[in-house]
Formats: sequence, C-alpha cells, structure tokens
Amino acid sequence: MSVLDQDLKTPIRLRSLTWLRAPWLFWGGLLILTWAVSHYAFDIYRALDARWIIRFPATWQPDFESRITAFMDWLLHDAQLFGILFRDVTRAISAVIEAPYDLVVDVLVTGLQQGIGQQAVQILPPLSWVAVIFTVTAVGHYTKSWSMAVLMGLCFTYLAVFGQWESAMLTLASVLIAVPIAAGGGLLLGVLAFRVRWVDRAMRPILDLMQTVPVFAYLVPILFMFGFGPVSALVATIIYAMPPMIRVTIVALRGVPEELAELGRMVGCTRRQQMWKVLVPSAKPMLMVGVNQVIMLTLNMVIIASMIGAGGLGYDVLTALRRLDIGGGVEAGLAIVVLAIALDRLSQAYAGRTVTQKAAQSQGGFAMRHRWSLSIIAVILVTGLIGAAASWLQTYPDALVINTGQIWENAIGYINVNYFDTLDAAKTFLLTWFLLPVRQFFVGIPWPWGLMAMTLIGLRVGGWKLSLLVFVLTGLIVLSGLWDKAMMTVYLCGASVVIASAIGIPLGLLAASNPVSNRIVGAFIDTLQTLPSFVYLIPVVMLFRVGDFSAMIAIVAYALAPAVRYAAHGIRSIDPQIIEAGIVSGCTRGQLMRRIKLPMILPELLLGLNQTIMLALSMLVITALVGTRDLGQEVYIALTRANTGQGIVAGLSVAFIAIIADRLLEAAAKRMRKQMGMA
Amino acid sequence: MTCKKLVAASLLAMTVAAPAMAEVESLEPIRMTLHDWTGQLLTTHIMGGILEEAGYNVEYVQADYIAQFAGLESGDLHVAMEIWATTGQEAMDAAIATGNVVSFGPTGMQAIEDWWYPSYMEEQCPGLPDWQALNDCAQLFSTAETAPFGRYLGGPVTWGGFDEERIEALGLDFEVVHAGTDAALFAELESAYQRQAPIVLWIYTPHWATSRYDGSFVEFPAYEPACYEDPSWGVNPDMAYDCGKPRGDITAVGWAGVPEQWPGAAAAIEAFTISNDDMSEMVGLVDLNGEAVEDVAARWIADHEDTWRAWIQ
Repeated sequence: MSVLDQDLKTPIRLRSLTWLRAPWLFWGGLLILTWAVSHYAFDIYRALDARWIIRFPATWQPDFESRITAFMDWLLHDAQLFGILFRDVTRAISAVIEAPYDLVVDVLVTGLQQGIGQQAVQILPPLSWVAVIFTVTAVGHYTKSWSMAVLMGLCFTYLAVFGQWESAMLTLASVLIAVPIAAGGGLLLGVLAFRVRWVDRAMRPILDLMQTVPVFAYLVPILFMFGFGPVSALVATIIYAMPPMIRVTIVALRGVPEELAELGRMVGCTRRQQMWKVLVPSAKPMLMVGVNQVIMLTLNMVIIASMIGAGGLGYDVLTALRRLDIGGGVEAGLAIVVLAIALDRLSQAYAGRTVTQKAAQSQGGFAMRHRWSLSIIAVILVTGLIGAAASWLQTYPDALVINTGQIWENAIGYINVNYFDTLDAAKTFLLTWFLLPVRQFFVGIPWPWGLMAMTLIGLRVGGWKLSLLVFVLTGLIVLSGLWDKAMMTVYLCGASVVIASAIGIPLGLLAASNPVSNRIVGAFIDTLQTLPSFVYLIPVVMLFRVGDFSAMIAIVAYALAPAVRYAAHGIRSIDPQIIEAGIVSGCTRGQLMRRIKLPMILPELLLGLNQTIMLALSMLVITALVGTRDLGQEVYIALTRANTGQGIVAGLSVAFIAIIADRLLEAAAKRMRKQMGMA
Repeated sequence: MTCKKLVAASLLAMTVAAPAMAEVESLEPIRMTLHDWTGQLLTTHIMGGILEEAGYNVEYVQADYIAQFAGLESGDLHVAMEIWATTGQEAMDAAIATGNVVSFGPTGMQAIEDWWYPSYMEEQCPGLPDWQALNDCAQLFSTAETAPFGRYLGGPVTWGGFDEERIEALGLDFEVVHAGTDAALFAELESAYQRQAPIVLWIYTPHWATSRYDGSFVEFPAYEPACYEDPSWGVNPDMAYDCGKPRGDITAVGWAGVPEQWPGAAAAIEAFTISNDDMSEMVGLVDLNGEAVEDVAARWIADHEDTWRAWIQ
C-alpha cells in the first residue's frame, strides 16, 4: 500500500485513496465486531434465552438430504425416458465406454484372450515393454526432438525398472480412454456454448459445480448408475476432468482474431466449415492447453478412481498405504508422477509444434515420411515374435527390478525416532498460537451474524447482485443445517491458505528472479501436485498424529502450487519500463520489491489466492481420512454409508463456499485492477 | 492300512473326477468383492480358488465395504465374503431387508474390536490389561491437545463403538480422538511403536496388526446385551455402556440371484468355515513375511483339500 501514498499527484491514486480510507474502517470494524459476536455468542444466547442463535433448529430445516435420496432412488429405479428405464440408458453408456477400454487393456496388459475365466486361452500377448518404450520414444521424436524422445524413453524405462510396469499400463489404459472422451466432449460442449448464447449461460453454473463439488459426493450415484468396476471410475474421472476443456474451448474460440473469421466468411464457408476448418484449427494451440489440463486432472483422479474399482497405480498406492507399506506407496506414487511428467511434456510439445517441423515431416517418399510408424510396427512384430520364446523381451524380468521401498521406510523411521519431539514441539506451538485461536474465532460465529456479515462483504466488494448471490448460497448452507461444519471447513481451509500463501508467494518471487531457481521451484511444485496426497498423508500422520495439524500440512502441500505460479507469473508480466523507471529514480532492490513489484502484482496474487482456495477445498475430502470434523468428513461419511442425499448436500455446501470465495475474490481483483488503471 | 488306502484311492478318484465336476450350472463369472484388509483378501481368494476348482469362473472386483451393498442389490456384484457384525451389521440388515441380498451364514471367524495397547506399556503401567489399572495411568497417555486427560485414538466416526459413552460410564480419564481411516490409525501405532511411546487405540482382529505388534486388548467388564440397553447393569448403576465392545460373527453375503444361478457355489459358500487362528496366521504370512495373498490362499487350498471337497459336494 505504501506506493500509494508515495505519489498522490496522479488522479488514479486520489481515487484509490478515497476507497482505501474507508476499507480499513469497514474491514477492521467487521473483524472486531465478528470477533466480539463470536466470543460472546454463548452469553448472548444465555441472555436472550435464544438457543437458535448458536444452533440452527432442526425443525427449520427443509430436510434436503432425504428428498435428494428419494429423488435419486426414483431416478435409479423408476425413471423412464421415452419408455426406456433411465438405468438402462446409463448401463448402455457404460457398455459403450467399456468396449474400447477392454480393448486397450487387452493390448497393454492382458493380451487378447478367448473364453472366460479359467477356460480363457491367450491368443495374442500384450505389447511387450520394449515395444511400448520404443513407441513412446518415437512419438517423442515425432512431436518435438531427440531430447524429447530421450525423456519419454527414460520415463517409461523408469516404470519398468522400478517394477511398476503392469500397474502403470493399466493406469495408462484408463488415461487413454478418459482423456479423448473428456477432451472431445469438452470441445463439443465448448463449441455449442460458443455458438448458442443460452447454452453458455446455462453451462456456467453447472461447470462451477462440476469443478467444486468433491468427487466423493457423487461417487455413490455413479456407482448405482454405471455399475461397479472400471467404467464408473472412468465416468467419475471424465466428469472431473472435462470442465477446464469446456472453458478453454470457449476462451480459445473467442480469441480467434476477427480477421480470420472474416476471411472464412468471405471465402464462403458454411457454418460448419467456418467452425471446423477455420475457427477450431486456428485455436488449436490453446485447445491443446486444455487437453494438457485434462490429462493432468485425469492423473489426479487415479487414487479416488481406484477406490471404486479402477486398478493400476492408484490401487497400488492405496493398498500399500493401508498395509503401512510406506515404501511401496512412495514407489507407486512416484510412478504416477513420472507418468504425469511424460504425458504432460508430450502434450505440451504437441501443442507447440511449429509449421517448419510439420513441413519437414511431410517431405520425402512414403518410407521416409512414415519411418517412425513403420519402425514401430516392425519393433512390435519382432518383440512379439521373439518374446514368445525369450520372455525377458515380453515382460521386464523380475530379477532386475530395483526396489527402493526399504530406504523410504527407514528414512521415515529414522525421522520418527530421532526428531519426533522436535516436530511435536513445533506443532504444539503452531497449534496453540495460530490454529486453535483461528478455530475458536470461526466456530464461534453464530449463523445469523455470519449470514449478515457475508452479505455485507458481498455488497461491499461487488454490489447488490453479488451480495444477493452470497446471501442465497450462505443461506442454503444454513438451511441444510451444516453451518457448524461449514465454519470448521472455513477455518481449516483459511488457516491452510494463509500458510500456503506465506510459503508460496516468496517461493514464486524467488522463481521469477532467475532461471535456475525457476527450474528447481518448478520441479518441486510439479511433484507436489502430481504426487498423490495419499502418499505423504500417512508419513505425516506418523510424525504429527491424527488431527487438524496433519490435515493442514496435506492441504498446504497440495495448494501451494498456484500461489507460487501466480506470483512468479505476475512478476514476469510487469512492464519492464515500470521497473526501469523505479531504478532510474533510485529505488533500492528492497524498495523495488515492496513499492513497485508487490503492489503491481496484487491482482495476480488475488487470482493465485483464489486458485489456492479452490485446491484447498478440493483436498478436504482427502484430509477427512485423517480425522477432521468438517464438510469433507461429512462427504466421506456419506460415502462410506452410501447415503446419496447426505453426500450431495455436503458436497454442494463445499461447492457453495468455493463459489462464494471465487466470486468475492474475482470482484476484488477486478476492482483493484480498475484502480491501478490496468483494466 | 486298508482304510488309508481307501482314502487315498477315493481322493485319487476325486481328483480324476474333477474335470467331470467342472460341469457347473453356469460359466458366467461369479463376481466377488475385494476390500482393503488382508484377511478379507485371503478369505475371498480362498473361496474363489475353491469355486474355480469346482469349475466356476470367478472375477474379483475392488469395491468399498459399505458401498458394495448397492452393487450386491443390483446384481452387479455377487459375493462379499466378510461382513463384520461389529461394523457392517446395519448395512447388511438393510440390504437383506430389500430381498435382493441373501446371507450365506457365518464364516466361522469372530470379530474382536476394542481398546488395545502395545505390550511395552505393561512395564510403565503395571496392572494392565485391567481397565482400572489403565485409568490409573491415564496421565501417561496425555498429549497437548487432550491434557489433562489421556488420549485414546478411536476409529473413524462411522465405526460407531460408543467410546465417548464408555468413557463417561466407566469414569475414564480419557478423551477420544477419532482417526479418519484405519490407515491413519495404524500409522499412529507404527509411529508410537517405533519410539516405544505410550498409546492406547482401537484395534480390530483378525488383522495383521495383532501379529505385527505385540500387545493386548484392555479387559473391560465383558459385554452383554443388557450392558448397552439397561443402565442399571454393571459397575455404573446409572449409565449404559459400562462394559467392553460386543464380539460378533463375520458373515458372507451375496446377491439373491446367486443361489438360483449357481446353486452349487452358493452351497459351497454357505459351508465355508475357517478359524480366527488360521486366518491370523495367514495374515501374518502376507503382512509380515511379504508373501503374495494369492500364494498363501493357494497353499491353504492345497493343504486342506479334504476340507473343501466336502463343501462343493
């Protein structure tokens, strides 16, 4: 803020000052008032003899839960669409997805078999590990360069050498099915939304919900609809991974230069040609960014998917940790990271392919142009034929597998035995001075005041429309009787987000300062984000015990990434002339940071904060596994009791919190940009 | 001598006749559910292996313990080998009430769940396993969050178990901290065990923990139905739950269509029985010696041929 009082001469500053002077009054006043109400809520209730102030009476609740459960029962057992049972429709969809999935699994894992069960006879073996590694290496070279080819080869060799091959192929199979469906479906829906106004409007809230309702909340209905097994897991993955593709498609199509669209119309394209021959191809680089997102989200889902019947690496992580085989969990978890790196780099490279590259690849005779496809076929045939005799060529020999499990186990054991007391002291300090006071503050807020305060904040930040939205969403949470749990959620997420920002923003600034630190920090947060949180959750519990603190560490680890990324991105996108001006007028490095860079990237930081909150909320269900008492636990309990209504109500409450946070921060960032004259 | 020969001969005849027995009612695969604890994997693989010996096709499906009932009701899933009276009774009763799920009867194993402590605690707290002795050294188990009370690590909230009520009724100086999942539960035990630190927590058996870690269950006044229902029962005349937790059967259940489609298989599952000790030993082989579940199950099947041959008659 200090930069603002520095040069009061410009009109922009003056305007912002009037806004600035009042905010302290408003926010400070609200905070103090809320603290007082939270602290004395119990006394107020006693004085007025009005228990409804602190507990929303059960008789006022419209009982959303059993209504939703009843509706779902009807949908699953009796609902008909043109005389066909709804259930049969979903089962048909599941058959459509299952067929290609089975085929891919046959090719990669089991080989082609005839007959069922014990009577089955293998007709063709699956692709050998050598053939798969060769194929990905070739694809790496085709999309970019030799170094890309080497990276791909190394990643897949890692999977073989560390004994994760079969599971990794199973996971790859589900990625190969889920990604095209999610990306293709997202593209089609995005195109539809781009073309038809009302579809766009109708889709927006649905997308918000798809991205914010925890997956656990709809796992049970999906199981009912699509049956047990890998298909349900695929459907859940697709629902989770599709929204960014839709959003990216809409943005990408809108971003196509008007001149290009004009050209299309001038040469007489029909609407269809205009879309698929002009708009979509020219938006392709951006669309590939969406595909990349879909791939990463798909890999994010592997653990949850394995809870409802998908095998593969996720299942390995899950079972290893249930056995407390930490080493096994870390190995399988790192295999997921490696797979994610390979697929991420590959899709990015594909998005960035240049025209010259494409031209170079379409030169020469048939054999030259198709040298990679031909050699892949050759390798597959040769390894397949020889592999029948020499089994090491078909499957990677067990004797050569490297096992690191014991190392991890010993490391955790060593830390536990030698440093537990130190860690425990640090934990107790943080608990007493930070977590517990914050918790008392939030949990104490009675719902009538909470509802009022939220509405006021909405009004302040974004006007009456936003205020109405916030009022309705908060009101729905109150009505469903989940206010206390929602406040626990806000406390846990809020505290974690504060800590994640406190660690993440400096890291981001560091990353932006030079290329070397950028690489290190980048690799660090990439690993944190793709390593399934389950892997570190168990060691964290061993070192910090069950409770909010362990949950907080897991949330911070997962939600750190956007804070880092947005801070780094913000610094990089500052106009160099402004920095130049600062240096010329004699700023020291510290002043440069405090008075110019930080204020300039404030809107960017707010967006990063927004993303951090979203990720923190999405971790809630996972942290329920270490014994929190918030909405995430509610969703988890609903899942283990197969209670559809309870899960959906609690899941929607999480989504509402996310939407409220998102809208408020968006409005605040917009306002701030305007004040800085950047809008 | 002749008798032995006769047995050998008839066994031989059986093995020879085995292919003939492969003529089962249906070759459709029987879908059996797998959960996340080793004992259940073993039970299921043993039963599955026996069914395969009998000529049926078996498919194993990973499914959630409670969520699987939806699949059993609709016929997506066919057989679930282990439903514990202590944790799954309610869901099982509800599913059977729909008429789409049937019980295949007890598996012979008994579920025990209660407060448990590692044996090194006996030195620090003499008098264990008696619950009154445990209460006398509640201070030992105290942590920053629960002080001045001792910390008792309970199971996930969904497991129920009435631990808060038990603490109240027996006047125990403990506070319950709920783990969210059994993985977290055993992670804490592992951590404490490595450091030989005080811990008392909820353990259930048959489970690998009782074979990996040395320790015992706390001895509360033994459970009787009256203890939970009648406040006047037991040491505290004013409150219920002044006793340990009930022990119960582990039951196999399945889709109601199983006895129709594979009557022989249904009969075999009903006949299935195995003891706690046998199971704990096998769980130990898997979790302590690192053997594969499939191998241990196959060995049991090979060693107990005459036992299970009787089941698939």
